[in-house]
Amino acid sequence: MNPPPLLEMREITKEFPGVKALDNASFQVSHGEIHCLVGENGAGKSTLMKVLSGVYPHGSYTGDILLDGEVQRFRGINDSEKAGIAIIYQELALVPYMTVYENIFLGHEIKSGITVDWYETISRASEMLETVRLDVSPATMVRDLSVGKQQLVEIAKALSKEVRLLILDEPTSALNEDESENLLTLLQELKTRGVTSVLISHKLKEVIAVADTVTVLRDGQTVATLDADLGEVREEVLIRNMVGREIHNIYPPRNHTISEEVVLEVKGLNAYHPGLGRDILQDVNFHVRRGEIVGIAGLMGSGRTELALSIFGNPFGYQVSGEVVVEGQSHSFRHPEQAIKAGLAYVSEDRKGNGLILIQDVKENITIANLREIAQPIVINRNEEVKVAREYRQSLDIRTPTIEQVVRNLSGGNQQKVSVAKWLFVKPRLLILDEPTRGIDVGAKFEIYTIMNQLVEDGMSIIMISSELPEILGMSDRIYVMSAGRLTGEVHIADATQERIMELATIH
Amino acid sequence: MATVSKAQDDTTQRSFFQELSKVLSENIRDYGMFIALFVIMAIFTITTDGIFISSRNISNLLNQTGYLAVLGVGMTLVIVIRHIDLSVGFLSGFLGAVAAIAMTSWNLPVGIVIPMTLVLGTIAGLIAGFLVAEMNIPAFVVTLAGWLIYRGAILLVTEDTGTIVIPNDTFNAIGNGFIPDIAGLPFLREQVHQLTLLLGIIAIGLFIFSEIRGRQKKMSYELEVLPMEIFIMKLLLVSGIVAGITWVLAGFNGLSWTVVIVLAVVALYHFVSTQTVLGRHIYAVGGNPEAAELSGISVKRITFAVFASMGTLSALSGILFASRLQSATTTAGTLFELDAIAAAFVGGVSAAGGVGKVTGALIGALVMTSLINGMNLMGIGISRQYMVRGAVLAAAVLFDVVTRNRQG
Repeated sequence: MNPPPLLEMREITKEFPGVKALDNASFQVSHGEIHCLVGENGAGKSTLMKVLSGVYPHGSYTGDILLDGEVQRFRGINDSEKAGIAIIYQELALVPYMTVYENIFLGHEIKSGITVDWYETISRASEMLETVRLDVSPATMVRDLSVGKQQLVEIAKALSKEVRLLILDEPTSALNEDESENLLTLLQELKTRGVTSVLISHKLKEVIAVADTVTVLRDGQTVATLDADLGEVREEVLIRNMVGREIHNIYPPRNHTISEEVVLEVKGLNAYHPGLGRDILQDVNFHVRRGEIVGIAGLMGSGRTELALSIFGNPFGYQVSGEVVVEGQSHSFRHPEQAIKAGLAYVSEDRKGNGLILIQDVKENITIANLREIAQPIVINRNEEVKVAREYRQSLDIRTPTIEQVVRNLSGGNQQKVSVAKWLFVKPRLLILDEPTRGIDVGAKFEIYTIMNQLVEDGMSIIMISSELPEILGMSDRIYVMSAGRLTGEVHIADATQERIMELATIH
Repeated sequence: MATVSKAQDDTTQRSFFQELSKVLSENIRDYGMFIALFVIMAIFTITTDGIFISSRNISNLLNQTGYLAVLGVGMTLVIVIRHIDLSVGFLSGFLGAVAAIAMTSWNLPVGIVIPMTLVLGTIAGLIAGFLVAEMNIPAFVVTLAGWLIYRGAILLVTEDTGTIVIPNDTFNAIGNGFIPDIAGLPFLREQVHQLTLLLGIIAIGLFIFSEIRGRQKKMSYELEVLPMEIFIMKLLLVSGIVAGITWVLAGFNGLSWTVVIVLAVVALYHFVSTQTVLGRHIYAVGGNPEAAELSGISVKRITFAVFASMGTLSALSGILFASRLQSATTTAGTLFELDAIAAAFVGGVSAAGGVGKVTGALIGALVMTSLINGMNLMGIGISRQYMVRGAVLAAAVLFDVVTRNRQG
């Protein structure tokens, strides 16, 4: 008889009022493998991990969790941590104003007597940092590290707790390509040292690169377990299993004519960030025509979001100079309110942070940027509001039980659609989409792309900021590349290749 | 407001009681405060052999609640946008003293003193708003400074005179007077305040009319409405409560001016906060300030507006209190800010921002004043009163947190 697997989750069913989030899902992880868990948003990945970690305690679901063949009954996160399960979430759980070594041993400090043994702590922290190949002093303040490095600190923290199973939830969604690659290499190294890890990811390329086994969830059920050694882990197989259908072209074709009319022209835009104490934009010039999708590519920190915000009324207090011309009229917006009036809209890259009001419901989020449209003259017509929200729910296919649903409870893809609906409701002439498909699944991506095509066919113009080169190449008519706060090049789609763009993005 | 998420077609299959318990459990947080107030009043009615519920006492209780209720209403919005205002107590005391001095020393007429006091309150609020919104100083610090400054100011202006007695009858009527009665209707006893009864009947009529119209309008948009039985029960229940209060008040001197003012303030704030663009913007800023800013809402402007309103209401509270005591004292306003914050939290406001109703603050203020009033009637000492009030505050917030978690 074979030894039992490290982890076995048997026939897990978890219900929420009105929804079956997990429906007899099973999940099995063997010792020493890298196991990827994939599925569309809302497929039940997060719920499965919350059941495993004890966030949903034993008794609130049906089914069994076995570690090395022994049944576990976790009543909370503490129990699962004691059993050696560590989960690293997308939102990092580090304390920014503490040092790296304090963070690594936070909650399980090394003591001598009743005091913390700082010498031992620092020396152990250094070892941990070496293990994860992070070359910083353990006394560095966490807030001074990039997101990629903070992630490594999180992993170091998990390793310091003698972890048996390391679970990473979308670890690379906020990382650039180099950082992502480092992280994946690290996982493979840890594997050789016997650490078993589970990787939840939307980036199929990553999955294909590192996975030994892949489990695919769909609608709360386990639909496939694929073995890399048997050659089953291939992109089309993964996609087919995730969406339950073949997607031949992940970038839908569009029929649109780009007019010669320039909708937006930006001249000599400079921006200075008083908080960082440095220039974030230098002499940026570009334009967008009617019916055009303009891609803005660049590495993290190249100033893409800052460029969008500087055009869009500069809400976060940069010092901006330069000219923004919208449909022939020169503006210097001092607040997003004015930019919206002039016909601009900005869908934030950070849905949860500054895009949506998570505690409010779908309809309130959709109408918030343009309440005057449904108010006569200052009193909101709530029935009209419901009508508007229902129209967007239908036209964008926002999957929610009711439009009174609190946005926090929606999946990432549906949250993104609410975000888009909110900005379409201001009836913009130019829509700025900042990382429109970050953290959402293949099916929802396709839907967002289809919506974008429809919009430009109707005569809207779109600026799309994206870190994903295939997306930039698949959707743009014209591409600007940014590096270190400057536009380093303009590429027409006919001449565009990943290599050409990367070249421009790394000019300093 | 009650919400029912399912369409009508599947409601017909459920019994009335299943439907009722569903509506109740979905809106437990909204109804919880009413139930708590009801329970507290029932307990005091029993323990005081009915003295608590007597017309005279209820009338007195409502007048005592007035100054606290208006502060609670303003404080709710301040907490909704994630700030706090500690200065309101002494600001209200100070402005009450200013009003008294304006009438006694400067001999200004009431018609000028009251608007002037309200404007001064608004200016004080705008100053706090400026420091919070434009200078980015935490509201806690700004208003703590205000607390000290206004406390000093009230001592300064009453230094020579001590308590300033207000001889003006019109001014004193705000806190002690009642609305005039109309000539006797033939079918009523003489002792009953008939205009109050009439107003009560009109209020019930308006309520029923607007509910029915709202229901029809909702249905014309094909939206879900409450099942008919529950809708009728809601109409009967609310009408019954209004009728009961009206009857109790009519049995003494009728509606007091304080109650009229408080109802007007609550109605105005309820309307603005739930029905208007400004109200939605306030809750958006509380829910996520950065998202609000990116949605074209000026967080600064909202902060200014909310602090200015708090200042105005502080002035109103000062007028109500000075008028009630018919004098301005050196200690007026002491601890009002904490009572107002307590009323807001009992009323269901969330410290995390973005959640809380102004009607809740009215109920919260009634709960807190009922406790004081009831315990006074029972002869319970001040030391125990503080402890009971603290326990009720903690219990109210606990209830709020538990029901919120349950609803996800």
